[in-house]
Amino acid sequence: MNDLDALESQSIYILREAFNRLDKIAMLWSIGKDSNVMLWLARKAFFGHVPFPVLHVDTKHKIPEMIEFRDRVAKEWNLPLIVGENTEALAAGMGPHNGRVECCTALKTEGLKALLASHGFTGVIAGIRRDEEGTRAKERVFSPRNQSAEWDFKDQPPEFWDQFKTDFAPGTHLRIHPLLAWSELDVWRYIERENIPMVDLYFARDGRRYRSLGCAPCTGSVASTASTVAEIIEELETTKISERSGRAQDKESEDAFERLRAGGYM
Amino acid sequence: MSNTATARKISPEVSVSQNASPMKIVVVGHVDHGKSTLVGRILNETGALPEGKVEYLKEVCDKRGMPFEWAFVMDALQAERDQGITIDTAQIRFRTEARPYVIIDAPGHKEFLKNMVSGAASAEAAVLVIDAHEGVQEQSRRHGYLLHLLGLRQIAVAVNKMDLVDFSQDRFEEVKAEIVAYLNSIGVEPTYVIPVAARSGANIASIAAETPWYTGPSVLGALDRFEPAKPLTDLALRLPVQDVYKFDERRIIAGRIESGRLKVGDTLVFSPSGKMAKIATIETWGNSLASVSAGAGQSVGITLDEQIFVERGNVASLEHHLPHQSHDLKARVFWLGRGPLKVGSRYKLKLATAEHVVDVVAIERVIDVEDLANHQGSEVARNAVAEVVFRAKSPIAHDSFVDNPRLGRFVLVEGYDIVGGGVIAETPSEEARSRSSHVTVVPHKVDSETRAIANGHRGGVVWLTGLSGAGKSTIAMEVERQLFLKGWQVTVLDGDNVRTGLCGDLGFSDPDRAENIRRVGEVAHLFAEAGMVVVTSFISPFRADREKVRAINPDAFHEVFVATGLNECERRDPKGLYKKARAGEISYFTGIGSAYEAPALPELALATEGKSVDESVADLLRYIENAFSLSAREQANGWGL
Repeated sequence: MNDLDALESQSIYILREAFNRLDKIAMLWSIGKDSNVMLWLARKAFFGHVPFPVLHVDTKHKIPEMIEFRDRVAKEWNLPLIVGENTEALAAGMGPHNGRVECCTALKTEGLKALLASHGFTGVIAGIRRDEEGTRAKERVFSPRNQSAEWDFKDQPPEFWDQFKTDFAPGTHLRIHPLLAWSELDVWRYIERENIPMVDLYFARDGRRYRSLGCAPCTGSVASTASTVAEIIEELETTKISERSGRAQDKESEDAFERLRAGGYM
Repeated sequence: MSNTATARKISPEVSVSQNASPMKIVVVGHVDHGKSTLVGRILNETGALPEGKVEYLKEVCDKRGMPFEWAFVMDALQAERDQGITIDTAQIRFRTEARPYVIIDAPGHKEFLKNMVSGAASAEAAVLVIDAHEGVQEQSRRHGYLLHLLGLRQIAVAVNKMDLVDFSQDRFEEVKAEIVAYLNSIGVEPTYVIPVAARSGANIASIAAETPWYTGPSVLGALDRFEPAKPLTDLALRLPVQDVYKFDERRIIAGRIESGRLKVGDTLVFSPSGKMAKIATIETWGNSLASVSAGAGQSVGITLDEQIFVERGNVASLEHHLPHQSHDLKARVFWLGRGPLKVGSRYKLKLATAEHVVDVVAIERVIDVEDLANHQGSEVARNAVAEVVFRAKSPIAHDSFVDNPRLGRFVLVEGYDIVGGGVIAETPSEEARSRSSHVTVVPHKVDSETRAIANGHRGGVVWLTGLSGAGKSTIAMEVERQLFLKGWQVTVLDGDNVRTGLCGDLGFSDPDRAENIRRVGEVAHLFAEAGMVVVTSFISPFRADREKVRAINPDAFHEVFVATGLNECERRDPKGLYKKARAGEISYFTGIGSAYEAPALPELALATEGKSVDESVADLLRYIENAFSLSAREQANGWGL
């Protein structure tokens, strides 16, 4: 087994645990590279099937190519897709002009909470990785959220020997993180090996590309000439610029992202 | 301070492996002994920090009017900076020229033991940080003990803050002696003890001028010399069933192979039911190649040739290499619960994918990790370690932690929470064994490999079974003679011979026959452990008795069926016993008044009828030489030692 085999096997193990131990689960699909890989792993884990709904929280500020990609892949892979949005906030005209953290909280976090509540999901699978950012580095694979979806990062359950927290009080739900141990480079090497489709936005055009995808107003591209998966891998092997450097909402204040996550952000 | 990687030469003994899985390192130690500082330094020296990270943190420190600390690199959470202690386990990557690493910064504060365990349980090697000024403290010992309990054997001790003691060799030797004495007392030999000043970077990536008296490797040099964990492919197959899928016409049994290997066509035995079926296919999806075999670490899905009942929690193994099954488990437990663990309490025990309801039957001793003293007690407090006996309602399939860590460890759940972990100390599955449960096994200093190399062959038991008059003793004695002439360490245990001494107090009733076989089996395995080939010659008519002998050490047990039929044996009747049995003078005579259960799957069956004794002897000799000889490579490796 090489390192990608080991990561794949561990992620499949986690997905199968979640599917077996939790009543109602769903997978978050942001259309980004990580969640595309996660969907691919689910199809491997369940031999071509995705046996739970795939959720996309639409902020209506997403880059149009992402939505096109979502609809095309959902059809090709026959995905049980559910799209949700915070209609109230959108109707009230919520956008980054109201403050980036406020916008993220309303359209993503609250949009997600509403979607989870309306379907009664007890577990939601998210494609976050420890190497993305400091607070995600502290996450557990099975991470409980209280009734208001808050994350108590100061008192997390013990997690060892692949024995995950699968018992929890009514009203709470779990976030399951099958990609926690992957790095950005691992993700791209796996995309290359498995030939997983990706949104074109990741590949450089006119000297710029997206390294991380989000909403149009808050996601910037980075200078790059990497126009193929192989070139992206080569670029990542040498870069020291952080992955979320193009994500404006993280930088509103020193602890913006931590506050977003404690409040229920992915 | 340069933020670029310090160029380092790697020593010849360090192998370079790119694209390997990152080695997981845990950093532990008493609060304020400098774990985070050490980690921050390592990240800086290996060029692992994102551009601008140090500058950014320095800026933040300036804004707050406080001096920059390397520890802040690890402390990405605001709450941590406010409290000045690491709250939770974080995983951060770096890479040396030798290989990639994931470093787990475990907190030293006593309250956070669960986080330390969460990090350390998956680590392949550990760095134990000790303040040169303060010396060994409570958490230094506790963490050292837990690393040992979790099965970690590769430990580097970093004696930190050497700059505060003027890089004094005397002080270093004092601290070193203190921690080495403690670790030795729990059976741990620290691989390296390194004088370090994390703040200034001394002996982190390269050897510092301040410690000319130190001749060992730097911290990174020590890490590069550690061995990566290997998948447990050499152990017996254990495939805990995770789920059974019926998405389409296939019925797929899904799980991760924890140890060993399997291939299409293998017969699997599912514990605890004992049901058996053959692997029909190994299922794959997408562009993965169809495979006919798989090994430890792989998440697989298989289909079986028969529709037997299998469910989550079952463990699939290969015949003759089954896990233990018992209602009782004795384990060393570390307790994380808010309330104490008590005798009479009930918990959910999760072992691999199985769940059992267990009661605490006894707390045999509570271990004080400070002085390693044993205490009697009826409860185990939070953060304490104890030896505990649990009893389950249904039998638990398991291994001892030493034999197979994956099936030899479990967690305990109370209410909604994981409240402790345990490693299985021994398996009081057989009643006879549990009667002497206070016996502790003392490890030999000469191991079986060394004996095998000295003898030129492995030790083991060649168990001849068959009817009276089948030819067992005749064959056994001739095989012994011929192996002896070739210089082998060999002996025969013969039915009639042991009945005059070892088993002189036993008759021929079923329980007495069982006890006779049990004793002979134990003795045979003792000889085998001593490096000898033991040929036994016993009718041993009952399958269950022979399986118990096999279970003592399945790898060393070779069942040979001397398959002479009843008619032929009665015709030979060398001792006139059949005649007496037919006349009613002997009751319970095997084959006449008592059953003989032939082996279902012996390692070898000798068809003696129509063959000369010499031919049968040659058949058995060929088998023994194949099974017990060392290969040229093994011998060469041995001589290389």
